[in-house]
Amino acid sequence: MIVTDLDLTPEQFEAGTGWAIKPEGACKGEVCVPLDRGERFRVEPTAERLRMALVHDADQGLWSIGPESLGDRALVTAVAPELVLPDLDGNEFRLSSLRGQKVVLVAWAPY
Amino acid sequence: MVTVGLELAGPEACRPYIEAANPEHPSLIDETHQMDTLFGVRNIPDVVWIDEAGTIVRPAEPGWAGPQAMPENMGRQIRPPRDPNQPRDESPEAQQRREERRAAAARQQENLAAGQDRDAYPNAIRDWAEKGAASEFALSPDEVVARSQPRPLSKSEGAAHFELANHLWRAGRRDAAITHFNACFRLQPDNWTYKRQAWSMVSLEHSENAEFGRFVQGPTPGREDDWPFESDFRSDVAKIAPGEYYPDTM
Repeated sequence: MIVTDLDLTPEQFEAGTGWAIKPEGACKGEVCVPLDRGERFRVEPTAERLRMALVHDADQGLWSIGPESLGDRALVTAVAPELVLPDLDGNEFRLSSLRGQKVVLVAWAPY
Repeated sequence: MVTVGLELAGPEACRPYIEAANPEHPSLIDETHQMDTLFGVRNIPDVVWIDEAGTIVRPAEPGWAGPQAMPENMGRQIRPPRDPNQPRDESPEAQQRREERRAAAARQQENLAAGQDRDAYPNAIRDWAEKGAASEFALSPDEVVARSQPRPLSKSEGAAHFELANHLWRAGRRDAAITHFNACFRLQPDNWTYKRQAWSMVSLEHSENAEFGRFVQGPTPGREDDWPFESDFRSDVAKIAPGEYYPDTM
């Protein structure tokens, strides 16, 4: 997730990382990681709890929030994350629209 | 079936391939490599199986629709054409250099062809399509998580650098992007989509032939100083053992 500063709302954090901020903590699928209560949402302690790297490029005025690394694995849950991408014509497609069907998701590239 | 093209250059780079395939399934463009961060994709073709309830039953792994050859130009060097008026150098040193190049190319092909069984993969998909959770290839949720790609904090940092590089390249800030690509490669040396994406962008710049240039992914002889990365496709493939490029997960 690329941002110019770390002053994000929970909604912005969820849109960029897939982690929803709820009363029980930061949640993805069935997994919830408790957060410190009693203060407003802040990116730094949340990223630390989720083991997300924060990389700052001061010259470019940008921050990058890396993906979670809980359990030292790419996946923390087998619940498929939402994937929203355009097709060739720019039409948005949601992976979740295929719920009810088996899906074989194939990554390829023209290189 | 859903296919996702991982290409920061955007839809036009993917268009000729998608239009040639004329797919009936959704065919998407992933300019920021979300597939890597969300699913643990680290090479192409990597495949993820998801059941009717939206549960992953096989995490990202190398997979094919059937037997498939590597693109003909993959990893070849861009070489200036030989002057037909100049006789070919037949000195022992030149012959040895040619022999070493041939041997390195043969090793590369061997490394790339090893690993996951390409012929068996589509039959495993068919078995799951027919039997569902009873298929021997469908994994439990715990197995899916445990068999997803390793991701220590350093790999999260590598992914963060890649996203910065991707963002800066698309914004036209090439030199700043290269710095973050190199930082990413040091932290995620086994992510081939990150490396090949960046190498392909630069080797394309160095080639007059787009179809060829994308696949070179290494320095042009005589222009080695123009190669901004600490690694390239040929030398990295030469360092790995057979089977490491497409690990056998079946």
